[in-house]
Amino acid sequence: MTKFTPFESRLVPFPIDNLDTDQIIPARFLKTISKEGLGAQLFYDWRYDAEGKPKPDFILNKPEAKAAKILLAGDNFGCGSSREHAPWALLQYGFRAVISTSFADIFRGNALKNSLLPIVVPRDIHAELFRDPNVTVKVDLAAQTLTLPGGRTIQFPVDAFAKDCLVEGIDELGYILQQEPAIASFEAAHPALINTRA
Amino acid sequence: MKTSDMKPRTIIEKIWDNHIVSERPAAPALLYIDLHLVHEVTSPQAFDGLRARGLKVRRPDLTIATTDHSTPTTPRSFPIVDKVAAAQVARLEESCKEFGIRCFGLSSHHQGIVHVIGPEQGLTQPGMTVVCGDSHTATHGAFGALAFGIGTTEVEHVLATQCLLQNRSKTYEVRVDGALKPGITAKDIILALIARIGIGGGTGCVFEYSGSAIRALSMEERMTVCNMSIEAGARAGLVAPDDMTYQYVCGRPHAPKGAVWDSAVAGWRKLPTDEGAQFDKSIKIDAGALEPMITFGTNPGMGIPITAMVPNPGDITDPLERDSLAKALRYMDLAPGKPLLGHPVDVVFIGSCTNSRISDLRNAAKILKGRKVHAGVRVMVVPGSMEVKAQAQAEGLDQIFRDAGADWREAGCSMCIAMNGDQLQPGEYSVSTSNRNFEGRQGKGGRTFLASPLTAAASAITGVVTDVRTLL
Repeated sequence: MTKFTPFESRLVPFPIDNLDTDQIIPARFLKTISKEGLGAQLFYDWRYDAEGKPKPDFILNKPEAKAAKILLAGDNFGCGSSREHAPWALLQYGFRAVISTSFADIFRGNALKNSLLPIVVPRDIHAELFRDPNVTVKVDLAAQTLTLPGGRTIQFPVDAFAKDCLVEGIDELGYILQQEPAIASFEAAHPALINTRA
Repeated sequence: MKTSDMKPRTIIEKIWDNHIVSERPAAPALLYIDLHLVHEVTSPQAFDGLRARGLKVRRPDLTIATTDHSTPTTPRSFPIVDKVAAAQVARLEESCKEFGIRCFGLSSHHQGIVHVIGPEQGLTQPGMTVVCGDSHTATHGAFGALAFGIGTTEVEHVLATQCLLQNRSKTYEVRVDGALKPGITAKDIILALIARIGIGGGTGCVFEYSGSAIRALSMEERMTVCNMSIEAGARAGLVAPDDMTYQYVCGRPHAPKGAVWDSAVAGWRKLPTDEGAQFDKSIKIDAGALEPMITFGTNPGMGIPITAMVPNPGDITDPLERDSLAKALRYMDLAPGKPLLGHPVDVVFIGSCTNSRISDLRNAAKILKGRKVHAGVRVMVVPGSMEVKAQAQAEGLDQIFRDAGADWREAGCSMCIAMNGDQLQPGEYSVSTSNRNFEGRQGKGGRTFLASPLTAAASAITGVVTDVRTLL
């Protein structure tokens, strides 16, 4: 896994609360057996017209959005389904972080496992960013800081283990596999009540 | 430590504690998973991950697969027209064969929605940890299991190690006391909860549903309640097991038998929350005050009693919240301050992991029996599993549906997620017994009113949003 390094970016403002995973990537695109090609389907039903042409006034179709790496979203971003296609699509579009006041649990976990950083900021900072989103901010995960225009720095919370994994490039499955002895002894002490193959 | 020395614990904490494989400082706990349910949509990339690393599935005997999401509900003798869906369904069957996982594929009599077949086969049992790459995994919480949805990376982790790295969730008691009035169902309880606390109200939490109204629910009704825990943002939701739970599990194909059964039940009886245990949050709902619930907007929290008026964005002070409501009403093409009752309906969908079990179909049939679907309304009844379908046919429910003018289909997720060709046309309105009303959820441009099977069936008869109590 590549290490998560500090970066600077403009913000793409998306001022909608409770943005669900059916909007991030509609279910009909989940029939794929691959992780690839999802960036073009991000926000598909809002981003393209009935003929499949990009709507020029939709924010993600504007040239300034294409170079940006941070989505500035409303409350409870990523609610709905467990589809990991949502963070995959955001990453493939070019995002590396999403800023909001809150994230849905499964989305947050899926995002962190794919190096898409969910950044929770206080409500006043969130409102301030939405008032003037035409700014560049700096994200430093190791320091857990978001540097705002003018050099003001705010701390953001992140799960300590997830942060280590992202900053150090630790592979979570490798970490679990190393605990094989503990898993084997748990299984020896807890015989299963079911056998799906019986 | 003696049990008597321990501080009182909730059932959520007990199940958690029983499944800790290891706990290291500054890391999430490693949690053992007792049952892993797999379906075609969220697993192919996980199986590819195993192949890339040369890993096997650690416990195929604790894993079960089925096809449900992109699966057609047309007769099984027909080929899958959608080539991409056909390839995904075929890939699941191939992967299961390669890794030694039992799969209830399209030709199986046990095929069905993953959250219907687990309980049906007796695989879902009290005290278990259950996961699936699907957010409605909380359904299995009805048995007093800690059951939650996971992403594809975690599906790969569980396939490879039967474990997950997890942080403890907060505990949230949802206490529902009193007796439901006629025409009010489990679906109305959960829609009322979500309308009260909002779709982010349970974020970071696991619900325990308790109280006399929950105790009075059948196992299938408890599944309906637990199923939509995610729509309130909760990771999971459960109901402590009781004699009704044991009665439901007993005798099912994978239920323990003989002396093993007796010792299992003895263990399950220790699961309910201890007297004096503390929850991080709690809420009380009066079941006797509930009306049939229906959603009007584009998330499941936008719900009202069916006799109420559509809310007005002008009454909301928070600008983002006001805009969200206004946007939802524009999408739904509904006027604020007006009733939903009497609003025309194009499609009625009875099905999904929320409401596709035999008791749901019996409820719908009770309303449809001897009546006709309103002219111009398309009604789809989709059983949750092939076993539910067989049971319904044995009871003659299929004939009631057909006589009324409804379409009786094969098992699957169908128009809940609209991946399989069953979908709304742009602008159409549905009354749906499913769980999500997000924009385009049931087909691009489609508009969804979520409600109970009773409300759905009543609206099918009249062709407009209808209070079922007028037809009882």
